[in-house]
Amino acid sequence: MFGRQFFIDPSRCIGCESCVNACAECDNHRGESMIHLDFIDRRQTTATVPMVCMHCDDPTCAQVCPADAIKKTEDGVVQSSLKPRCIACSNCVLACPFGVPKVMVRQEQMMKCDMCYDRTSIGKKPMCATVCPSQALSYVSLEEITRTRREKPTNVFYFGKQKVTTKVQMMIPEFAQAVSVDVVDYMWEAGS
Amino acid sequence: MAKAPDDLAALTARYGPNPNYVPAGGWQKALDSPPDRLVKTHCCFCGQQCGIQLKVRDNTVVGFEPWEEFPFNEGKLCPKGVKRYMQNNHPDRLTAPLMRTADTKSFRETSWDEALDFTAARLKAIQEKHGKDAVAVYGGASLTSEKSYLVGKFARVALGTRHIDYNGRLCMVSAGTAYKLAFGVDRSPNPWSDIPKAHVVLVTGANVAECAPITTDYLWRMRDNGGKLIIIDPRMTPISRNADLYLPVRPGTDVALMMGLLHVVVRDGLVDPQFIADHTSGFEEVEASVRPWNPQQTAELTGVPPDAIEKAARLFGGADRAIALHARGIEHQSKGVENVLSLINLCLATGNIGREGAGCMMITGQGNGQGGREHGQKCDQLPGQRSINDPAAREHVAKVWGITPEEMPQAGLTAMEIMEAIHRGEIKGLLSICFNPLVSLPDSNYIREALEKLEFFGVVDFFLSETAQHADVVLAGSLQEEEEGIVCTTEGRVVHIQQAVTPPEGARNDWAIYCDLAKRLGKESFFPYKAPREIFDELREASRGGPADYYGITYEKIDREMGVFWPCPTLDHPGTPRLFEGGQFFHKDGKAKFIVADYRPSGDPVGEEYPVFLTTGRVVSHYLSGTQTRRIGALVDQYPEPRVEIHPRLAEAHGIQNEDWVKVTTRRATMVVQALVVKTIRPDTVFIPYHWGGGKSANQLTHRTLDPRSKIPEFKVSACRMEKAASPAFPSGSKASPPPGRSQVAPRRQLRVIQ
Repeated sequence: MFGRQFFIDPSRCIGCESCVNACAECDNHRGESMIHLDFIDRRQTTATVPMVCMHCDDPTCAQVCPADAIKKTEDGVVQSSLKPRCIACSNCVLACPFGVPKVMVRQEQMMKCDMCYDRTSIGKKPMCATVCPSQALSYVSLEEITRTRREKPTNVFYFGKQKVTTKVQMMIPEFAQAVSVDVVDYMWEAGS
Repeated sequence: MAKAPDDLAALTARYGPNPNYVPAGGWQKALDSPPDRLVKTHCCFCGQQCGIQLKVRDNTVVGFEPWEEFPFNEGKLCPKGVKRYMQNNHPDRLTAPLMRTADTKSFRETSWDEALDFTAARLKAIQEKHGKDAVAVYGGASLTSEKSYLVGKFARVALGTRHIDYNGRLCMVSAGTAYKLAFGVDRSPNPWSDIPKAHVVLVTGANVAECAPITTDYLWRMRDNGGKLIIIDPRMTPISRNADLYLPVRPGTDVALMMGLLHVVVRDGLVDPQFIADHTSGFEEVEASVRPWNPQQTAELTGVPPDAIEKAARLFGGADRAIALHARGIEHQSKGVENVLSLINLCLATGNIGREGAGCMMITGQGNGQGGREHGQKCDQLPGQRSINDPAAREHVAKVWGITPEEMPQAGLTAMEIMEAIHRGEIKGLLSICFNPLVSLPDSNYIREALEKLEFFGVVDFFLSETAQHADVVLAGSLQEEEEGIVCTTEGRVVHIQQAVTPPEGARNDWAIYCDLAKRLGKESFFPYKAPREIFDELREASRGGPADYYGITYEKIDREMGVFWPCPTLDHPGTPRLFEGGQFFHKDGKAKFIVADYRPSGDPVGEEYPVFLTTGRVVSHYLSGTQTRRIGALVDQYPEPRVEIHPRLAEAHGIQNEDWVKVTTRRATMVVQALVVKTIRPDTVFIPYHWGGGKSANQLTHRTLDPRSKIPEFKVSACRMEKAASPAFPSGSKASPPPGRSQVAPRRQLRVIQ
């Protein structure tokens, strides 16, 4: 959309929750935030992670939906469930590897971040990426982020044996040789 | 007389703090009826003064929209800015003046005439009986500059008292005093756009992520440009994670650390001899004073490793362009001025001042922390940042005001000293606006006793703060969005606050309240204003020729140019984003002064009985005494109650676990507060945020030692002891729960990134 993409950089997050608060101001779901912020381990560190929908190329939430209620737009934005179809079963909530969708009890519907479709479709930045004071959430061109940041973007994630590619990119250290720390990922198991 | 009313529970039910969760008319109405207009203005919280657009419908603020064109913050906001609109149309809002009932045990709503007549009569009676100076006036640094100017003029002209001071006394006075001593003027010399251009930025005593969140963006850009970030703080604040060097200073030893850094800079020949010779005086004395502070000795006092001191000094001294950023951490001390002077000495010695990307910069705390101190509500200053002791300044301002220089009162007492004078019986009447001393001043039991000794206490406010509960009269004033005016941001940029809405029926504009009081005191002719613009035009004249010269600034010019940096002496002057260019300082000889600063122990020393340092500060979702933010639901949820941060090592020694209740005792008082056990604080130090009142107030514990020059209280260094508390109960008996986000220890999902 207008050449800009969404980038998350948890290393720059200051945990202020401006994004979470601003999300709840959207006219489509006022009073309810569609995104969340995690304190990784407050005892050890001030580190926090803001989490918007990653907008997977092949969304797990849609794969597991028994009502075929989760659709992607042509430009790759995974939307909230279709209200007439959604049975609020929470399959998507359990399946999403990033912990994004929520079932809104009052609406009896799964709702999630749609990257502020109302704003991005008219050339504005998503609300959270507009207000974020610390560059943890950014909506800029790939060229600009590559030129201005120390970190590099990636959109490939592994969850066990599942490889997930996403529209939203995560900034990782420039020289990171990112390695899984879970021994299971290096093991051979019968039947795998 | 001014005891709190008996029916506090009923008062709280009506006047709060009650958290507001929905905008005016509810969420659905917000969806059904779009806003009438968007008003480009600024956030009401903090000295960053971010640009924001307020959505207005039916004379009510119902939401916000980022203002991406405003250059300082480009649409960015912290959660306080996002939710600030929730203070408008708030159920707790005062919509009529309050007076005590006949038995003085409660409040009743009354008419404006009765409240104003009573206030004026009481002030007059006290002054007639005990002299002009028996009445004091308090102002606040969240007021616009017009209101700050008016409050100062009201005290000096309408009341004729010399005792006028403001809550900026708890904020910027150590920095201001030090800058005036060293540079001859009190302002951050560099615009924020200089930060990304620095090669090294040293941040000391500043929790940027929580107290000035927008500044984080500038620091990250500096790092992206290859710059190095040094953080000095007893706590590993959120931005410390990305620091190139983190120095965990022991509370109260900052001046020693600065001298240690300068010691290495001098030893290694990293000073700028040409700059020192051409543009400064007094270096030899400072050089001699840092000689004993070798890294080993500095380390022993400060708790910072010698090699980290060496590294920091070499980074800062070796950079072509370095910036030192500082805030209340080093300033809220009984040697706050010396702490800042020692940092200035480091900048001067290395020639880091008055250039692009090089300077010493203070981060302003309050909304109009900068402008609020420039135009006359500070006890020793007249408009334009003029000294009240300077005969020429007195003459100029007296002429603008239409009085004689002899009628101009002399310098009065500072905010904390006014409380002491009330205790001594010298001050018997107090009129206060925009100040909640019962929460924000140290040793709150002492403050409460002072309020109870007053013969008359009048308060102008929009919410019934903890302090206002002690008043005889509460005059229902206006919110920031209800009056036009200007404020000066942390950068020295003067910006325009637009009136988005009018005050609700029954509440009045602050400036009109003061004009009406002046009229009742027989001084109407000196207060003829019909709008804030007329006050501003007089302020421009009054500031003309002073260090903070606003004469060339107009509302229209601000709107056109997205703010104007002072000094701006003429209408065609472009303003002054960067001070001291070419090494020209504001002292008569044009030079900056090195001033010797030395280490002294805190006024509340840690020892056997009280072995742990207590330090206080802010959290990201609250502002100052919380009068506004404790009434905004989303901000309350984010941090509902104070918690005491304790390192696991200290916690284990006391048998304390996370979320346990802890009794914290100082030489003043005891409070019971829930533990937040974290490795992000020195094990010899605990931290409690100060935004709450009553039994939850951290300022029950703090002490009244003042910096001898700036008269700032030593909030950042107290001595305390701790013990695990038996039962989870606040003295106030209110419900306590851990902050949802802050206490979360388990990750929701483990996210791995594999290439």
